[in-house]
Amino acid sequence: MTERGMTDVLAVQTRRKGRLRISKQLRTPLAITGGAIVVFWLVIALLAPSISPYDPLAQDFERLQAPGAEHWFGTDQVGRDVLSRVVSGAQVSIPLALMLVVFAMLIGSVLGAIAGYFGKAIDEMIMRIADLVFAFPTIILAMVIAAALGPSLTNAVIAMLIVSWPAYARVTRSLVLGARNAEYVIAGRLLGNGPFTSLGKDILPNVISPVVVLATLDVGTAILLLSGLSFLGLGAVPPTPDWGSMVADGVQQFSSWWIAAFPGLAILTVVLAFNFLGDALRDALDPRSQEAVQGRAL
Amino acid sequence: MTLLKLDDLEVSYKLPGRGSLKAVDSVSFDLEPRQVLGLVGESGCGKSTLARAVCGLEPASSGSISFNGRPVGKLGLRKRDPALMRIQMVFQNPFASLNPRRTIGSQIEDGLRVNPDRDAWSVPDLLEHVELDPASRSRFPHQFSGGQRQRVAIARAIAAGPELLIGDEPIASLDASLQARIAILMRNLAVETGAALLFISHDLSVVRVIADDVAVMSAGRIVERGPVDRVWSAPEHPYTQRLLAAIPVVDGLGVLPG
Repeated sequence: MTERGMTDVLAVQTRRKGRLRISKQLRTPLAITGGAIVVFWLVIALLAPSISPYDPLAQDFERLQAPGAEHWFGTDQVGRDVLSRVVSGAQVSIPLALMLVVFAMLIGSVLGAIAGYFGKAIDEMIMRIADLVFAFPTIILAMVIAAALGPSLTNAVIAMLIVSWPAYARVTRSLVLGARNAEYVIAGRLLGNGPFTSLGKDILPNVISPVVVLATLDVGTAILLLSGLSFLGLGAVPPTPDWGSMVADGVQQFSSWWIAAFPGLAILTVVLAFNFLGDALRDALDPRSQEAVQGRAL
Repeated sequence: MTLLKLDDLEVSYKLPGRGSLKAVDSVSFDLEPRQVLGLVGESGCGKSTLARAVCGLEPASSGSISFNGRPVGKLGLRKRDPALMRIQMVFQNPFASLNPRRTIGSQIEDGLRVNPDRDAWSVPDLLEHVELDPASRSRFPHQFSGGQRQRVAIARAIAAGPELLIGDEPIASLDASLQARIAILMRNLAVETGAALLFISHDLSVVRVIADDVAVMSAGRIVERGPVDRVWSAPEHPYTQRLLAAIPVVDGLGVLPG
């Protein structure tokens, strides 16, 4: 999972008086572009049934038509409308990727916070399991798990959950380690906060923003990974209109470029947009980038 | 009955590699209820470690601490013993001792929640007592200055209804004009609520103003203890004499040398 994302995020320190200035900082060209594309795709995913011109599963048309007035994105090897399938594909990939990231973040940050706060044996146990997962290349481990569970979207998501929580656990653990001895945490303990109250009330609210940034950066990766698994036949089962499996179809029909190109573009734009958004969020939360942005504004 | 009793207390830190550092070295003293004790000494002499040990934040390597006859052990991962919550501390750095994400009102309420006498205070009441605007309870710590934050921290500690209030250099990071005011505020609140005060500072002139008794600490040991006036006028230990001699004296000349 994003080694780059992790180091970037670790550099982010939670800021004290952030809230107000963040909105201003998010008004950078990249953030606006990213946000607009994300909103665009979310709207498409929401409205997919009503805006797709044809039934994405219907094999009603002449096979392998090039893009034209009738079929803007052409038709595929069994005569389905590619535009309709790309639009419906948004309904498959985006919600799954978001759900995946949210769950990975929840599981990872809870385990990481517990490891960081309690330390000792619990820390060792959780972090050694995390290391075990980290020891394998993400995509290969996900492939192995998905293959073992059998190809389906649910299993692909489970496989990805297993490979993606350790990143959150590590980041959260290191942040909790830094915050657990803060004076306000100790003051809370002197007032009778137990460990879980202390974590929930004093520690997590102060360390969670870098984790959220990591999650935003990860949505793109999750879509890519999900498409990758589907491309390899380990995710979406035909005829589900998934972008990854559509690209795989396109590869079989190399002379008909449109079959792979349009779902590929969809993946590209969504991943890029989430990365822009994540980068912007990271910059906005990074105290060291304050001056740079203010300088640019002047 | 004695409120706080330290018996031959020793606290040591493990140093990286081998060996250990005795930060507090066979310290014994008693503190009576409602007494104001100033603990003075140079940086690194073990004052803060002593305060942390009394709160249960550092384990005693030998000797014992008892509060109201109850032994004070290390505050581990469990909830703190309610009887020991009658010991509260005001920390040195007011910028680190308040949770930046919560309003000061809710942080003071945390203190009120553990006060055995539930109706003793209300948040606006407390804010008024530390000379802050009662309407500011819904504000966040970053909207306050260092001195104001220290007042909030004092209000939070008082809210818990302590019988022993510890100030761990609570004035060291404030500017000079505020130091005496915050120190006097702490003393007055402690006296008013019937709490004893253990006031740690390296500022002898402030301690002289607020404390009944003073204990002088050097290299982990308490070298001298007595009523402020006696220690001031007739210091017995050579270290105390040097410490007192180091207080800058206003000579009235008002000119810079040279």
